[in-house]
Amino acid sequence: MSASVSFRSVSRRYGPIAAVNDISFEIAPATLVTLLGPSGCGKTTTLRLIAGLEQATSGRILIGGRDVTLLSPGERDVSMVFQSYALFPHLNVLENVCYGLRSSGIPRRQAAERARLKLDLVGLRNLDERLPSELSGGQQQRVALARAMVLEPQVLLFDEPLSNLDARLRRRVRDEIRALQQSLGLTVVYVTHDQSEALAISDRIIVMNNARIAQDGTPRELYDSPTDRFVVDFMGEASLLPVAIVAVKNGQAAIRLGPISLSLPHRGLPPGAATLAVRPHAVRLAPGTANAAELTGTVRRSVYVGDRMEYDIALHDPSCEVFVIDPGVTTPLTAGQPVRLSIDPARIGLLPPG
Amino acid sequence: MIAGAAGLFWLTAQAFLIGPHGPGLSQLPLGWGALAYTIATGALLATGLARVGWGRGEPFITGALTLVGGTILIFVLYPVISVLGSAIRDNNGIFAPLLFLTKLTDPAIWTWGGVAWNTLLIAIVVGAATTLLGLAFALLALRTALPLKPLLRALSILPIITPPFVIGLALILLFGRAGMITTWLAQHAGIPRSRWIYGFWGITIAQVLAFTPIAFLVLMGVLQGVSPTLEEAARTLRASPWRSFRTVTWPLLRPGLANAFLIGFVESMADFANPLVIGGNFSVLSTEIFFAVVGAAHDQGRAAVLALVLLIFTLAAFGAQHVWLSGARYTTVSGKGDSGLPSPLPSTLVGLCLAAAGPWLLLTVAVYGTILIGGFVEQIGRDNTPTLQYFLTAFSVDHGVGGWFLSGSAWPSFLTTMKLALIATPVTAGLGILTAWLLDRISFRGRKAFEFATMMSFAIPGTVIGIGYILAFNVGPLQLTGTGTIIVAAFVFRNMPVGIRAGLASLSQIDRSLDEASLLLRAGPAGTLLRVILPLLRPAIATAMIYSFVRAVTAVSAVIFLVTGGTNLATVYIVGRADVGEYGVAIVYAAVLIVFMALVLAGIQFVVGDARLGRRRAAPALVVLQP
Repeated sequence: MSASVSFRSVSRRYGPIAAVNDISFEIAPATLVTLLGPSGCGKTTTLRLIAGLEQATSGRILIGGRDVTLLSPGERDVSMVFQSYALFPHLNVLENVCYGLRSSGIPRRQAAERARLKLDLVGLRNLDERLPSELSGGQQQRVALARAMVLEPQVLLFDEPLSNLDARLRRRVRDEIRALQQSLGLTVVYVTHDQSEALAISDRIIVMNNARIAQDGTPRELYDSPTDRFVVDFMGEASLLPVAIVAVKNGQAAIRLGPISLSLPHRGLPPGAATLAVRPHAVRLAPGTANAAELTGTVRRSVYVGDRMEYDIALHDPSCEVFVIDPGVTTPLTAGQPVRLSIDPARIGLLPPG
Repeated sequence: MIAGAAGLFWLTAQAFLIGPHGPGLSQLPLGWGALAYTIATGALLATGLARVGWGRGEPFITGALTLVGGTILIFVLYPVISVLGSAIRDNNGIFAPLLFLTKLTDPAIWTWGGVAWNTLLIAIVVGAATTLLGLAFALLALRTALPLKPLLRALSILPIITPPFVIGLALILLFGRAGMITTWLAQHAGIPRSRWIYGFWGITIAQVLAFTPIAFLVLMGVLQGVSPTLEEAARTLRASPWRSFRTVTWPLLRPGLANAFLIGFVESMADFANPLVIGGNFSVLSTEIFFAVVGAAHDQGRAAVLALVLLIFTLAAFGAQHVWLSGARYTTVSGKGDSGLPSPLPSTLVGLCLAAAGPWLLLTVAVYGTILIGGFVEQIGRDNTPTLQYFLTAFSVDHGVGGWFLSGSAWPSFLTTMKLALIATPVTAGLGILTAWLLDRISFRGRKAFEFATMMSFAIPGTVIGIGYILAFNVGPLQLTGTGTIIVAAFVFRNMPVGIRAGLASLSQIDRSLDEASLLLRAGPAGTLLRVILPLLRPAIATAMIYSFVRAVTAVSAVIFLVTGGTNLATVYIVGRADVGEYGVAIVYAAVLIVFMALVLAGIQFVVGDARLGRRRAAPALVVLQP
């Protein structure tokens, strides 16, 4: 039932402006892939290209191996949950959910049965006769979800579906969407500008910037070892440290950072200057001075934020500063205190020199 | 596609070139076979266009485009070209561009007090006055709890269902030299009798009375679409009622206001009956066109030139509207259910509305009193003895040899009018809404030209359409003169723009994500139109249907050229009676027409129903009793 989606060099231009510029990707069946990026990056246009609501200027779009580039939205076997939900205000809940089935020529009674099944699935019972305006935001969202799922489409599209919900509900609905996707084995393409939402829900994330793909990978890859400076910033906080690549061998780069040496995937970088992106959780701190083979620094700032401590650590070179988050709140370090740092090589990434 | 286009081309060529005796300019009318052939080739053309990717490759869309475009081509552009063709010829049909220039620069048109200035001045005054009055009524009807709502609604609908010249007639009976109020003032206040009503003031007052309800209908539709949540938002942002009206409601109403002004402006310019009845020596373009054709001069060229001037004015009005509204797009019926309640109006504004609406209502009551009573007394104002003689002359039913029959003199024209108007109503509304949908939701090559062509039919006044139809359809290939068909066509293409306007105003407030959701749910464009757009357009459809029926029944200007003995219409009959001084029969007929249309109107309202926008109704406020 669920199908793959692939883009082959797809562009969408409005006159001289490209909303989507030469994008290629593959989405495997039964996975949830998020299009993530700041507003205006082209992620919603990409989603609408999959839906057929926008026509590609060039390139080809395939769904389940079938070329759909020129097909109308109704012929593509995809459904979409709109940011505004787009519930038909003149139809009640059941009629809204039945709409797609009735359009496909399914008799009224059978359509109602299938619609009720999906309404049960999203946890909406006994609201069949309500109009959309008589529902809460969360309920409207579920109706939109049921309406999109009732056709059991090959691909389900979400355009910022949580942006109209409050924070608590947002997390719950997010988890419900993920659970449904996994239990039903759906292919889902999900657009959001919220990186924590993307990290929590996705099998894979495609980060977009300026109408192009910045990086495409699993949440862990994107967060811990971004290859792109934009992605480093967009996915969360990180410290950027100037380092030197001493040698490259078997795909690994030997790196010199102050007194210590590290070995990291070199990602095509030549020996010489480079930048190291360090997430705040990748560094462990211990009080005290150390021997020559260890990285040391001084606590510049120490902040207690409830469930964790936040530190700014000045390294050997005073212009070099690392932001560190430490779960140990019972015995906090204080400003001015010397510390030893140990870095987890699995959670840092190498970037070109900046 | 090529086959379809070639087929149509071949038909056109055949129609114009093949005469009764071999090649020559045709006089032969086309028959039913040609109609079937046209439809078939049109369908072929539409399918072909869809194949090459026009209109998103949907045959339904290209089919709709072909249908609307083709009928506009035949029934709007072709007659207009016929008129303009005769503008650049002399009256013997010989090409004469110098004569055309002489006629165009005629000082009688352009000097101050000339016919062009007169028309423009009245149109601006009437457009502005009707828009403000319409807004006042819409606000009072929808946003206040005043108990006068039913009265307001009824009274504001009345003038729409009144044949326009009747208001002029009633104004003469009230304010003319021998009118009731003039006489009373002369006797009790010593104000001398004058002829002030015949001319600018008479025309302006009659038109404001006649066209305010149209503005009211347009603005009510728009006001219903303004999301109350936005007003609530403004109120919570510490805006006073006045400020929230000024900064939120008013800007959201602007497209509607521009529409209403435009409709008033163009209506005033195109109005023919009131200037005819009450204009006196004050000439406006529409009556000048009429007299140029039917008068002693019989100068079709001059009529065409005047029509050209009128066209330029109305097109300028469209341009102004475009500039005013460019860049403003207001989507307030979104896909998200709206549960706000309208906030109350500032009290100053309510006062202003009442002050504006009051005099208008008073005058309207006087006018209708005159019409409804005037037909049932001997001579209103002078001899107020009740009588049924006029009513019986017009509408008696007798029992004779063949059973009951309609012996009154008004019956034939009444029945013809009803039949033709009822045929025209669904066609008008359907074509209008379909066109609005194509213009607003579908992007296709040639959209601008298409929009221009549809709006052209709005800018062309009835007098011009009437002459154009005579020139275009008197002889083959499309010989329609003297049939009911030509009158129905005149009704449809005269009134279709109102459907387009109403549709466009409503469509611009329906969020496009609804269309997109429907398309993704496998409803094609036809299904989307039928099951999502049309239900949401119910207020607009109601407006279009009411308006097209009523306008058809009350039309004078276009059809006065087209009626024949077999297809006489009510309005033309009434004008004829009034012309020979039979005011009693004329007024009684007008009164019957008004009552009948009120019933039909209630029927349409009942069938089409109120807008189901899925909003809560305002719950009655809880009254907390103090002990």
